[in-house]
Amino acid sequence: MADVTRMTATEIAALIATGEASAVEVTRAHLDRIAAVDDRVHAFLHVDTDGALEAARAVDAKRAAGEELGPLAGVPVAVKDVLTAKGVPTTVGSKILEGWRPPYDSTIVRRLRAAGTVMLGKTNMDEFAMGSSTEYSAYGPTGNPWDLGRIPGGSGGGSSAALAAYEAPLAIGSDTGGSIRQPGAVTGTVGAKPTYGGTSRYGLVAFSSSLDTPGPCARTVLDAALLHEAIGGHDPRDSTSIPAPVPDVVAAARAGASGDLTGVKLGLVTEFSGEGAEPGVTAAFRDAVDALTKLGAEVVEVSCPHFQYALPAYYLIAPSECSSNLARFDGVRFGLRVGDDGNRGLEEVMSLTRDAGFGPEVKRRIMLGTYALSSGYYDAYYGQAQKVRTLITRDFTAAFEQADVLISPTTPFVAFPFGSRTADPYQMYLADLFTIPTNLYGGPGISVPCGLSEGLPVGLQIMAPTMADDRMYRVGAALESVIGTLTPPEL
Amino acid sequence: MSTTVLPSYDDVVERYAPVIGLETHVELGTKTKMFCGCPTDFGGEPNTRVCPVCLGLPGSLPVANKAAIEATIRIGLALNCSIAPWSRFARKNYFYPDMPKNYQISQYDEPLCVDGWLDVEIVGEDGQPELFRVGIERVHLEEDTGKTLHVGGATGRIHGATESLVDYNRAGIPLVEIVTKPIPGTGAKAPIVARAYVTELRDVVRSLGVSDVRMEEGSLRCDVNTSLSPAGSAEWGTRTETKNVNSLRSVERAVRSEMLRQAAVLDTGGRIVQETRHFHEDTGDTTSGRSKETATDYRYFPEPDLVPLAPDPAWVADLKAALPELPRLHRRRLQQDWGLNDHDMQSVLNAGAVELIEQTVAAGTTPAGARKWWLGELSRRANEAGVELSAVGATPAQVAELQKLVDAGKLNDKLARTVLEGVVAGEGSPSEIMAARGLEVVSDTGALTTAVDEAITANPDIAAKVRDGKVAAAGALVGAVMKSTRGADAKTVRSLILSRLGVEG
Repeated sequence: MADVTRMTATEIAALIATGEASAVEVTRAHLDRIAAVDDRVHAFLHVDTDGALEAARAVDAKRAAGEELGPLAGVPVAVKDVLTAKGVPTTVGSKILEGWRPPYDSTIVRRLRAAGTVMLGKTNMDEFAMGSSTEYSAYGPTGNPWDLGRIPGGSGGGSSAALAAYEAPLAIGSDTGGSIRQPGAVTGTVGAKPTYGGTSRYGLVAFSSSLDTPGPCARTVLDAALLHEAIGGHDPRDSTSIPAPVPDVVAAARAGASGDLTGVKLGLVTEFSGEGAEPGVTAAFRDAVDALTKLGAEVVEVSCPHFQYALPAYYLIAPSECSSNLARFDGVRFGLRVGDDGNRGLEEVMSLTRDAGFGPEVKRRIMLGTYALSSGYYDAYYGQAQKVRTLITRDFTAAFEQADVLISPTTPFVAFPFGSRTADPYQMYLADLFTIPTNLYGGPGISVPCGLSEGLPVGLQIMAPTMADDRMYRVGAALESVIGTLTPPEL
Repeated sequence: MSTTVLPSYDDVVERYAPVIGLETHVELGTKTKMFCGCPTDFGGEPNTRVCPVCLGLPGSLPVANKAAIEATIRIGLALNCSIAPWSRFARKNYFYPDMPKNYQISQYDEPLCVDGWLDVEIVGEDGQPELFRVGIERVHLEEDTGKTLHVGGATGRIHGATESLVDYNRAGIPLVEIVTKPIPGTGAKAPIVARAYVTELRDVVRSLGVSDVRMEEGSLRCDVNTSLSPAGSAEWGTRTETKNVNSLRSVERAVRSEMLRQAAVLDTGGRIVQETRHFHEDTGDTTSGRSKETATDYRYFPEPDLVPLAPDPAWVADLKAALPELPRLHRRRLQQDWGLNDHDMQSVLNAGAVELIEQTVAAGTTPAGARKWWLGELSRRANEAGVELSAVGATPAQVAELQKLVDAGKLNDKLARTVLEGVVAGEGSPSEIMAARGLEVVSDTGALTTAVDEAITANPDIAAKVRDGKVAAAGALVGAVMKSTRGADAKTVRSLILSRLGVEG
């Protein structure tokens, strides 16, 4: 049998369905791969060997009993450590939650289990999903399988690196400002941020509630669509979940794979096509646009004048919400507690706990947000940022009157070396320059590999109107039919 | 303790004009909590009625309880408020261990109900009812906190305690906050207007069936704002907010005590500090809590985990149409039905007996019969025990049964009191107690005749006197019969004795 770790989720599912491979065999192959390479890649914070094998055995038993299996049954999946799984350590990349085992499953994990997928473990991330490189993980960074001296993107670098290192065929990420798409771009994998409210946030440890969106990561567009379908849809436990069926993303991915984009209008965002991206990234992007045109797509230029304010607006809204969301980490009920020696008061213990438990970027954002929400500054900062958000939404609405989807490079630069952007937070924030507008608007966005620049992957971002996630899968699959999947050097 | 000599109340209200305001919290009686499916029942072992949501565990999310929203809208409608076509929850951020998320989901500048009023009735100086219209600023919905227990110290307070324990059973129970507009112009009546408002509000909420509004269990909590300004001044004074006001009587006492304290401060040229004060039930005084002059910055912002509330106007109209009769109007109708004058009705109100009498009448007795027990014997017992009349230990059904037994001649007044004593002691229904204690009026004339004959035989001298026409002497025989029968009807016994002795009564 060929190496299952090199297969797509679709291929693996077919092997299991026909009995050519058992789910246990597939799981063991991936666990072996993790054992072989993860000491170098460090994509995983926790490998749940027993849980994975148990889930795999359950799938094999179902098949043996003649029960019907779902389209992803037996396929291994890596889950970003931002989602709770009952009894499995969940740290969010932070010391403050070290050792915490949640007593409940997030909706995403519950649906993954229901779909018969096999959860291999929890993947590394920037602490509390704040960062673009995994360098802010309290447990050390993840290496980019294309070059272990470079970042795998962030915050969900662990999930995307696990895909690129063939440790898992599927992974779950969460995207607040680009944390699925940017790691996808720099690791040469696919990462999709669904419409906000299209996937449930229940059990997703919150960074910024109005922006956080869990979504699928995979090595192919079709695999991402299958995973999207499995985890998406209305959840009564999330008030902001949209009570509507998941758009037919799987059919769209299959349709796009035919390579025909006749009649599809691609909107090229003027404000994103000038300066800001590395020349190599711009070149790969332009080549990809030409390729899409050859498939029948029409390119129109659209102006989104307020996109230039997206980054500053994001860095007021997200920290504001985070300053409140992270207040519960106080050492009283769960996680780390520091200084409780019987001589200190409550406030001091809370303060020592938070000081020891949170890393520098998290502290920076808590302080930014606390300031932005404080009385006398609220209107000027948080209030103003919300107005910008409305204007950006209007830009999108107007742009989608002229184009079916919008396209841009996913991120301005390819994977950068460790340490090259940690000194100046703003240089790090720029990684999300092109992805943030979509989060503020609430629409879906996907990053699909579109070529290489200096031997490193470049991603193309496709943005669609809210609840039109299918459109981006169609265009993404069409691009993939031309570019193909990118294969990193052997580790 | 303050050694300031307080001025007299009459003197204070002559020189100062009070402005009061009330913030009332009502715990809703929904089956489940505000944002999760945990039960809301009072009591229970600590931390047994909790889940990831009300514990604020990482990743958990709130989902608003529709029944609580409906109850809040009904309260708003009953208080003549406008229901906002669009409103939002907001986060109130502050660190406190009994608040699992270190923020409370509340409402800030976009509450569900705004701008209403409640008419409250007090007794004027002339004894006639006097109506005050209290403006309602807002009615909003929020979640309750847990409870902190400090152990190891002598006082149960945090000072001196060795450990603090938190019980989150209460965390997340829906709370409705009802805030009045400032109430000026009440003068000397400020304390009784405050009390009448809380009483009326309680009755309104109870009539809606959305809460049991028990102050003693904390399902109705009240903060009282008080300020004084020199009589005739156009500007209002600095207000204080008094907490820990846990009974209707305390509402009245707290306002009065705060008026006296503030007057004493102002009289000596002092300045009122804007602060939270604590009311003490035992002394009737307030003491200073935390100062509000360095106000906590709660960093309110719209709760991003919850979608805005936009109640369907048709639904709101249906809720409005289905509101029950307001307690004040309901009382007026009862007063007419019961044939009471204002004074008598006021006595019923003061005793907190309206509903009890109403239910007793509904159980089949006359209004007069019901009123007699609740205002008489039972009020006396409630006062002695220091409990609300409703908690005295007798139910309207039991009182109705008791009165029916009296009406049927099975109990006389004295026996009925004894039976009632048994009811209050929890011995059972009146008829069960009668049977158990053998307290029935002896109305079987066969048995009674035998008892009379025995008494006559045993007291020949007295019998002779009666036969000779000294009818008054029959009293001794009546007493003997009453004693032997343990409760025959005295009138019946007397006429029986006279007829056995051949004397006309």
